[in-house]
Amino acid sequence: MTSSPLVETDPGRVIARPEPAAKRTRKPLGPWLLVMPALVLLVAVLGYPLVSVTMRSFAEPDWGLQNYTWFFGTPVNLIVLQRTFAISAWVTLVCVICAYPYAFVMTAVGPKVRLVLVLCVLVPFWVSGVVRTLSWVILLQDSGVINTMLRGAGLSPVRLIRTQTGVVIGMAQVLLPFMILPLYSVMRGIDLRLVQAARSLGARPSKAFFSVYLPLSLPGVYAGAVIVFILALGFYITPALLGGPRSTMLSTLVQNQVLSLLQWGRGGAMGVVLLVSTFILLALAAPLMRQRYKQAGSR
Amino acid sequence: MAENKQVGRGAAIDIRSVSKVYGNFTALDNVSLGIRPGEFMTLLGPSGSGKTTTLNVVAGFTEITGGNLEVGGSSVVGIPAHKRNIGVVFQHYALFPHMTVGRNVAYPLALRKVPSAEREKRVKQALEMVKMSDFAHRYPSELSGGQQQRVALARAIVFDPPLLLMDEPLGALDKKLREWLQLEIKRIHRELGTTFVYVTHDQEEALVLSDRIAVFNRGRIEQVGTGRELYDEPQTLFVARFIGDSTVLRGQANSDGTSTAISIAGETVTMDKRLPGNGAPVLLLRPEKLALRRRGNGQGESGLNRLSGTVTEAIYLGSGSKYEVRLKDGSTAIVRSPLGEQSFDIGEAVEVTFAGADAKLLADDSTADQTLT
Repeated sequence: MTSSPLVETDPGRVIARPEPAAKRTRKPLGPWLLVMPALVLLVAVLGYPLVSVTMRSFAEPDWGLQNYTWFFGTPVNLIVLQRTFAISAWVTLVCVICAYPYAFVMTAVGPKVRLVLVLCVLVPFWVSGVVRTLSWVILLQDSGVINTMLRGAGLSPVRLIRTQTGVVIGMAQVLLPFMILPLYSVMRGIDLRLVQAARSLGARPSKAFFSVYLPLSLPGVYAGAVIVFILALGFYITPALLGGPRSTMLSTLVQNQVLSLLQWGRGGAMGVVLLVSTFILLALAAPLMRQRYKQAGSR
Repeated sequence: MAENKQVGRGAAIDIRSVSKVYGNFTALDNVSLGIRPGEFMTLLGPSGSGKTTTLNVVAGFTEITGGNLEVGGSSVVGIPAHKRNIGVVFQHYALFPHMTVGRNVAYPLALRKVPSAEREKRVKQALEMVKMSDFAHRYPSELSGGQQQRVALARAIVFDPPLLLMDEPLGALDKKLREWLQLEIKRIHRELGTTFVYVTHDQEEALVLSDRIAVFNRGRIEQVGTGRELYDEPQTLFVARFIGDSTVLRGQANSDGTSTAISIAGETVTMDKRLPGNGAPVLLLRPEKLALRRRGNGQGESGLNRLSGTVTEAIYLGSGSKYEVRLKDGSTAIVRSPLGEQSFDIGEAVEVTFAGADAKLLADDSTADQTLT
């Protein structure tokens, strides 16, 4: 046990044989104690309400599938569900387009500029969501900053507030950090010498980017997109304040059912539908992500 | 790949007075180097000496700030890397992790729009040449370092570049694997006839591989020559110290024009050589030119120079022995004696002897000592 024997495998390769693992004693409790606080919190504030809401969707006012029959039988619910997914997809797209070059620049600049860029990303987190959204109201409204500037430049004003465009802009701004940070962490790990190698093999700069850099950064795009998309599905404040009746998202309907109409069962059913459709979407995206991770996570 | 290739299809390289300045740091200071078609040229030097910068300049990764650079007879200054058609092998393999070995090797062919049947054939040939045919469907992460580097080599030669650049390709591998791959690289060079430019800081590797070696120091080339020329006839103290072991002695020199006498801590050695330049010279001796004998042991061969000292280290090498002897002036002489010679113990009082003709007189260069670790 004092020296690890050397094994000759093939010419030119000598591998140290791993020593047998030290004798196992009792299974230590340490790790369990360390994860306990988080587990307790999750069960209390996520697990219990989730179970309760799901139960109510089947049990109130009577046992059965009545709430689901109602949900799928009411056209407005389906329109809003579809719109919720559409808006979330748009927000995800806008976030990818804005975050990708931003994250790339973060990997390319010096530490000081990078700090400034990180701060710019994080500042929105330090401002309450309501305040942030209200400032978007000021910017986007018909007599707001943007339209005043457009009129000043001799252009016709654009209707932004209480439209889906306004909602997408506001939500994308709030969710942008969730796209930038995973993208940055993946891009930071990409070896730029690979791009140099591609160039030496005959690739134009754009070709080197699309054939080497972009595929290697896709895990970050997927990770960020999943986070942004799922968070966007449940957005409440921003669509409620920036949107109009034609940009209502599912959370607003849930709130309406539960708080205004006291229909806990129907609200619960909506929540369950949203949750299940999210899971289905994730399951569809999973094989794609798994493959990308297998290939690119190997350096 | 051998059937459609003849030896001698490599490109000549002409590096003429090339400079590269970053701000106030001069990475390359007026470097000139001619490389013949099909030659195996090694750029040897310590880190920061300019050898990798030279390689990057030839590859097109670095723009030069002065001079001219010709590859295959025409200037490539201002031509971007992807249009130079030069193969490059990097120390860190630089295989694309999201592509299989086969797709990695096919990459330069796909860029050149080679038809897929032809592409497959050439990928297969290139992988055969580096003995990696069985691995075409693996991902780089599933290969060892040596295997990855062989794939990188296949990828760099598959498009038949007339010039192959290698930047410390074996630097990250263990010694045994390195020695085996050196022979592989030599074989591939022989089979392809391509011009190879190889960067390393390992003098042994340079001696094993190269037709000629260019020794770099502080952004300049100190000397270009075959391994034998650099070992036997070093032009500068730096080259002498970088290639092989050497004993370097300093002392009071007197020259009468044809012969020189140097006094070292009270002992005088003489040789029929002239002083190089004006400054104080250093006396350089290779280990196998020195011999040891017990002190006070009568008079040995006449005409030999003698310096007295004490053995401080005795190493048995199998093929002989290596001794370190501390001389009276405090400097260390390195002596290699062949098998069967008398052996000496640590602490023994000895005389180091050498023939004047075997000594080299070189201009002193204090930077030569500092650069070495």
